[in-house]
Amino acid sequence: MKKSDGKSSLERVKEALAAAKKYEAYNIFTKLNEKKALARAVEIDRRIAAGEEVGRLAGVPYALKDNFSDPDDLTMASVEMLKNYHAPVTATAVKRIEDEGAIMIGWTNMDAFAHGASTENSVFGVTLNSRDKTRVSGGSSGGSAVAVALDIVPFALGSDTGGSIRQPASYNGVFGMKPTFGAVSRYGVVAMASSTDTVGCLAQTAEDTRLVMSIMAGEDEKDHTTLPDFFDQPVETSKLRVGVIGDFMGEGVDTEVVGAVKDYIKKLEKAGHEVAEVSLPILKYALAVYYIVVPAEISSNLSRYDGIRYGYRAKDAKTLGEIYGRSRDEGFMPENKRRIMIGNFVLSSGFFDAYYLKAQKVRTLIIKAYEEAFEKYDVLVCPVAPGPAFKVGEHDDDILKLYLEDVMTTPPSLAGLPALAAPAGETKSGLTVGVQLIGPRGSDARLLQLAAEIEGAK
Amino acid sequence: MSGKYEMTVGIECHVQLATRTKLFSAVDNDAREKEPNACVSPVDYALPGMLPLLNARAVELAVRAGYALGAKINQRSHFDRKHYFYPDLPKGYQTSQFYKPIIGEGKVVLANGHEVRVEHAHLEEDAGKLTHFGDYSLVDLNRAGTPLLEIVSMPDIHSAEDARLYAEELWRLMTYAGVSYGDLYHGNMRFDVNISVAPVGAKKLGTRVEIKNLNSFRSVERAAAYEFGRQTELIEAGRGGEIRQETRGWSDATGKTTAQRSKEQAQDYRYMPDPDVPPLNLAEEYIAGVLAEMPKLPEDYRAAFREAGVPSEIVELILDRQSYAELLMAVLEESDAATGKIVANWLASVVMDEAPTAEQLLELAKMVQGSEVSQTAAKELLVNFSDGKTARELAKEMNLLQENDDAALEKIIDGVMASPAAAAAVADVRAGEMKAVGFLIGLIMKESGGKANPARARELLLKKLG
Repeated sequence: MKKSDGKSSLERVKEALAAAKKYEAYNIFTKLNEKKALARAVEIDRRIAAGEEVGRLAGVPYALKDNFSDPDDLTMASVEMLKNYHAPVTATAVKRIEDEGAIMIGWTNMDAFAHGASTENSVFGVTLNSRDKTRVSGGSSGGSAVAVALDIVPFALGSDTGGSIRQPASYNGVFGMKPTFGAVSRYGVVAMASSTDTVGCLAQTAEDTRLVMSIMAGEDEKDHTTLPDFFDQPVETSKLRVGVIGDFMGEGVDTEVVGAVKDYIKKLEKAGHEVAEVSLPILKYALAVYYIVVPAEISSNLSRYDGIRYGYRAKDAKTLGEIYGRSRDEGFMPENKRRIMIGNFVLSSGFFDAYYLKAQKVRTLIIKAYEEAFEKYDVLVCPVAPGPAFKVGEHDDDILKLYLEDVMTTPPSLAGLPALAAPAGETKSGLTVGVQLIGPRGSDARLLQLAAEIEGAK
Repeated sequence: MSGKYEMTVGIECHVQLATRTKLFSAVDNDAREKEPNACVSPVDYALPGMLPLLNARAVELAVRAGYALGAKINQRSHFDRKHYFYPDLPKGYQTSQFYKPIIGEGKVVLANGHEVRVEHAHLEEDAGKLTHFGDYSLVDLNRAGTPLLEIVSMPDIHSAEDARLYAEELWRLMTYAGVSYGDLYHGNMRFDVNISVAPVGAKKLGTRVEIKNLNSFRSVERAAAYEFGRQTELIEAGRGGEIRQETRGWSDATGKTTAQRSKEQAQDYRYMPDPDVPPLNLAEEYIAGVLAEMPKLPEDYRAAFREAGVPSEIVELILDRQSYAELLMAVLEESDAATGKIVANWLASVVMDEAPTAEQLLELAKMVQGSEVSQTAAKELLVNFSDGKTARELAKEMNLLQENDDAALEKIIDGVMASPAAAAAVADVRAGEMKAVGFLIGLIMKESGGKANPARARELLLKKLG
């Protein structure tokens, strides 16, 4: 983690809170955790003074995406439906980070329920890009990305279902790790799509990313899908076989994005890695598969928000039908409703086989295509997104264009693979471009070490 | 009238599993006598970000149930989500097994020898409970998430009696196998009876009606009989078209079924594999391990008891209590069929608050066989056993040991014969009026305080009366 320069935890937290306020115009935070963060900093400093064990992240301020449960305050997922929801539990990822002494200074803005790729779809308004305030921050972990990019905090937690960490990382020039599915517990994180939801982080360096990931990773008895920790194992990165996914380096991809990614590939070659181009034509179906499977799971996972036990309930709703209908109508954002509709459609009897089942079959083919590719290559490389950050409101009239932002990030999500977004360069106008490193399941640490080696290279 | 028609019945039974905690959360599964919403975890409450944790014991009990049903246990199965909105269903879906259940085809043999095939059985969670008041309703989630095994039969049942026998046999199987506590009063087993009526031998079945939520064997039989009568009458009157595919409720008080909800507007549950619960993949060794712990089943006892010559009505009565079946089995293992039969008769006919031990029963039966106590005295002893006492100790204490000392008995007989009350009877017997013997034996028994052996008393008396 970045050196504390001899500052106390209290000073670091105060600085982070001051920076958060200074950049208020970017609309990064849904709320700050000022009082509790300051109290915790005082406590950490006391423990340091007393010579107690304080952990690997002692006194380090960080930001938390608005969909993580933390009893400190509300967990709102940036949606009306949960604006009054106070979680009684702590997400496992948060617990592990805080057990190492990190101090959470605020919740970051996101697309409501993590549905989106721009952080425009939030009940709290748009989070703006760290390089250009007329552009989006990316999403759905937009607030977390900008908080790290503007150096308010050295790292922030996020969730990635189809690109929600990687794409905003790319749009803001920071590192963003989506781990192997099951690497980090999902317990306490507001679910989007259970089969591709992952918990990861955004940070300023590859080394910091690895430290935070290794702290969060590992089995959790509260999440049956978690795997043993594989971040702490030593990894071999000399002379790797690198496959560049040609399908994502040509048509429809911004030339400046292609240029930046090619520059990064040159660095890989210079470092002694063996680079070749690979074609994975099946990946062009991934986006269609994603937008069937994921809405299906979303429609199911959002069924619990019914206005009965917690969350938003429509005022003056009299009958059960009114409570359900109006609470869900008023509590969800339009994009939430769109995905519920798609999901219900593909799961309905008569359509299930044609959409959901067929999509799952194609998903299996995608997984197989990756497996075959990984027999020949250790790492696959492609851009994170087809272009740099787009203008706020640019895709308002064409939702499909917004979905197309996910074309390169959804394939690894469907296959459960680790994927890292690393800064690759900038466009002439100063917008950042990210490169995506994808590896076989469990190779998360190797991706991070490779990125760390290239990070220092000229 | 009904001779021309036949019912076809299939039964779905929801069995509450005898686990300590719920199917997907670690809270108490036993909500009896508890405040509403006392047994609810964040998982049952469906808070955001909560994940289901499958109860391993529930899987184990399902495997046991599969064995008890003589069914195929599917090594691979998975859970699916069944979606619908109702306030008793916190997640907005029930986690169940729709596409690939844990238990495949099986078979249940009824007490009368009829066989009913089991289509499949699957694990699922129960919903909560709603209580309706004037203009509001209250939700109690204590039961939400309770593990159930739903056993679905084939439509192999053709009489109301067989419907009851099937329900009874399922109850026995599930309680003997330790799958369920089988507490019907608290809804541990609930039956849905699907019934249609058609002319005997007809190829096409009639319209299917479902009678939901029956919680006693008697109501299963009565509801099937009532519904058969109702549908037959409609068909006879040429109004068969009025039989709708619908769900009907049963009232024990009125003895009738009433329409509840039509099934014609079938709900679309949008079944989907549950991505939060990894598929079950049961290793052969795991299944073998579970089955190694399997208790004896009704059929094991039935075969042994019948072989020992216990009449089948008595066998069935004993099978109603697993503890009695275990007792009789223990007695049979230590003795012969004759002794076993005496014990079997007691278990089937004597109402005991607390059952004696197998040792006590065995000793007592042997004492009856050795004429040390009378059958009458034995029945009195049976309801008075307390811990630790042997049958002999208790018989002594209660002064119920039979008098088998001829000298003492003769003294009593002599006394009775000399008494004025017996004079007339003695004269009658001497005159060949044998009916009077019974009266004299009665007097002797009374004089002996019930301890005399009546058969021996008779022998000695007749000898004396020449």
